[in-house]
Amino acid sequence: MIQIESIHKSFEGKEVLKGISSTFENGITNLIIGQSGSGKTVLMKCIVGLLLPEEGHILYDGRDFVSMKKKERKLLRREMGMIFQSAALFDSMSVLENVMFPLDMFSGYTYRDRVRRAQFCLDRVNLIDAQDKYPGEISGGMQKRVAIARAIALNPKYLFCDEPNSGLDPKTSLVIDDLIHSITEEYNMTTIINTHDMNSVMGIGDKISFIFEGHKEWEGTKNDVFTSTNERLNNFIFASDLLRKVKDVEVGNIEG
Amino acid sequence: MFITKSINTFGSYLMLMGKVFARPERMRSFFKQYTKEMSQLGVDSIGIVLLISFFIGAVICIQIKLNIQTPWMPRFVTGYTTREIMLLEFSSSIMCLILAGKVGSNIASELGTMRVTQQIDALEIMGVNSANFLILPKIAALVTMIPFLVTFSIAAGIIGAYATGWFANVINPEDLTYGLQYSFTEWFVWCGIIKSLFFAFIIASVSSFYGYTVEGGSIEVGKSSTNAVVHSSILILFSDLILTQLLTE
Repeated sequence: MIQIESIHKSFEGKEVLKGISSTFENGITNLIIGQSGSGKTVLMKCIVGLLLPEEGHILYDGRDFVSMKKKERKLLRREMGMIFQSAALFDSMSVLENVMFPLDMFSGYTYRDRVRRAQFCLDRVNLIDAQDKYPGEISGGMQKRVAIARAIALNPKYLFCDEPNSGLDPKTSLVIDDLIHSITEEYNMTTIINTHDMNSVMGIGDKISFIFEGHKEWEGTKNDVFTSTNERLNNFIFASDLLRKVKDVEVGNIEG
Repeated sequence: MFITKSINTFGSYLMLMGKVFARPERMRSFFKQYTKEMSQLGVDSIGIVLLISFFIGAVICIQIKLNIQTPWMPRFVTGYTTREIMLLEFSSSIMCLILAGKVGSNIASELGTMRVTQQIDALEIMGVNSANFLILPKIAALVTMIPFLVTFSIAAGIIGAYATGWFANVINPEDLTYGLQYSFTEWFVWCGIIKSLFFAFIIASVSSFYGYTVEGGSIEVGKSSTNAVVHSSILILFSDLILTQLLTE
C-alpha cells in the first residue's frame, strides 16, 4: 500500500501540486487521471522519487520515502517496477537482455537462472519468440509488453505505469490494460497507472483519483464515475457525444 | 549573467562527476560496459586517426621541405621538424580536438537520446546510479584507449612523411630518417601521452555532462552535441596551454 500525504511541488514559483493526499491499495489498479498539465505526471514522478516534493510524505507500507536515507531509498527502489510512456527500453540491448538487466544488476542468481527468469517474464507477456530482437525491430505495443516484463522481473511490490497506452491502437491498449490488471492481481502488487485513456478508466479503474489543477478533485471506482455529480470530472470524462451516450445507458442500467 | 551561468554549469558538472566517481554497483556490468566503450570510442576511432595522421604527416613534410628548408639549412631539418610537430602537438592536441568532434558528439547524442527517451529515468527507478553506470565506463575507456591512439597517430604521421619520399621524391628517405632520429628526446613522447590523458578526460566528461543533462527533445539533443564539441575543444586548447608550459619547462 502506498499513502501520499499533502504533497506540494512547485517549479519556478508556480505551484503544480497543491497538497494532494491519497491511498493506493495493493491488489487493485489505482488510476490517476486528469487533463494534460493537471500535474499527474509530476505527482507520479514525486511518488517514484524522480522529483522530491517540497512538503508532504510518501509512505510505502509505512516507510516514508521522502525522509529516508539515500541508501534506504535505493533499496526501496528495487521493490519498484515502472513502465514508461515511451517504454524506455535500452536500444543497445536485445529484448531478452532488457528483461535480464535488473536481474543482472540486483539479483544473486546464476546466469542460467537469470535467463530462465527473464524468459518466464517474456512468456508471461507472450513475447518469448521476440527475445533475440532489438527494441527498434518490434512494434510499440510489443515494446510496452517488454517494458512490463522488465518491470516485473524482480517481482516488485509496487508497479507504476506512466500512460502505458499512449501511442497504441485501442485493441493493443486493451491487451496492455488486461495484462497490467491481471499481473497486479496475480502478484498482489500496488499498481498506480497515470492515464487519460477512457477505455482504461472504464476497464480497469478499480480506484480512480481525478487530479484537477494540482489538487485531488474526486476519487472513486469506475462505477462511481457514472453516478458522480462532479462537474469537472463529467466534463473531463464524458467530453465526447459517444461517451455521454455510454453514460446515459450505464446510468439507466444502474437505476433500472 | 554569463559569469553566474558559467559558475552554475561548472557546479553542476562537479556534482555530476561526484555521482560518476562512485564504486560501480556490479563490477561485472562495469567491465562489460567498459569493454564495449573501448571498442566504440577507441577501436572505432583508429581508422580516422590513422587516415588523418598519415596525410598530415605527409603534408607537414612537404610544406617544410618546399617552403621552409633552404640550401643554408641542414637536410635533416624537414624530418626533425616533422617529428617534433607530430610528437609535441599534432598527435596529442590536434588529434584530441578531432576526437572531440567524433567521440564527443557521439557521447553527447547517445546520452541525450537516452535522457529524452526516459532510458536514464528507467535506470534511476531501478535504483541504478545512472551517471556512474553510463559515464564512468566512457571516461575510463577513452582514457585507456587514448595513449594507443596517440601512438598510432605518431606512427602514421611518420609513415606519411616517408610516403612523400618513397612515392613523390619530395625528400630523400635517408635524410628524413636522419632528421627523425636527430636529437630525439623520449620525454616528448611521454608529454604527448600525458597531455592526451587529460584531453581524453575532458572529452569524455564534458560531453557526458552535456548529454546527460539534456532537457527537452531532439533539438536540445542536437544543441547538447554541439555544446559538447565546442566546450571540449575550448577546454582542450586552454589546458594544452597550461600542460605544455608545465611539461616542457
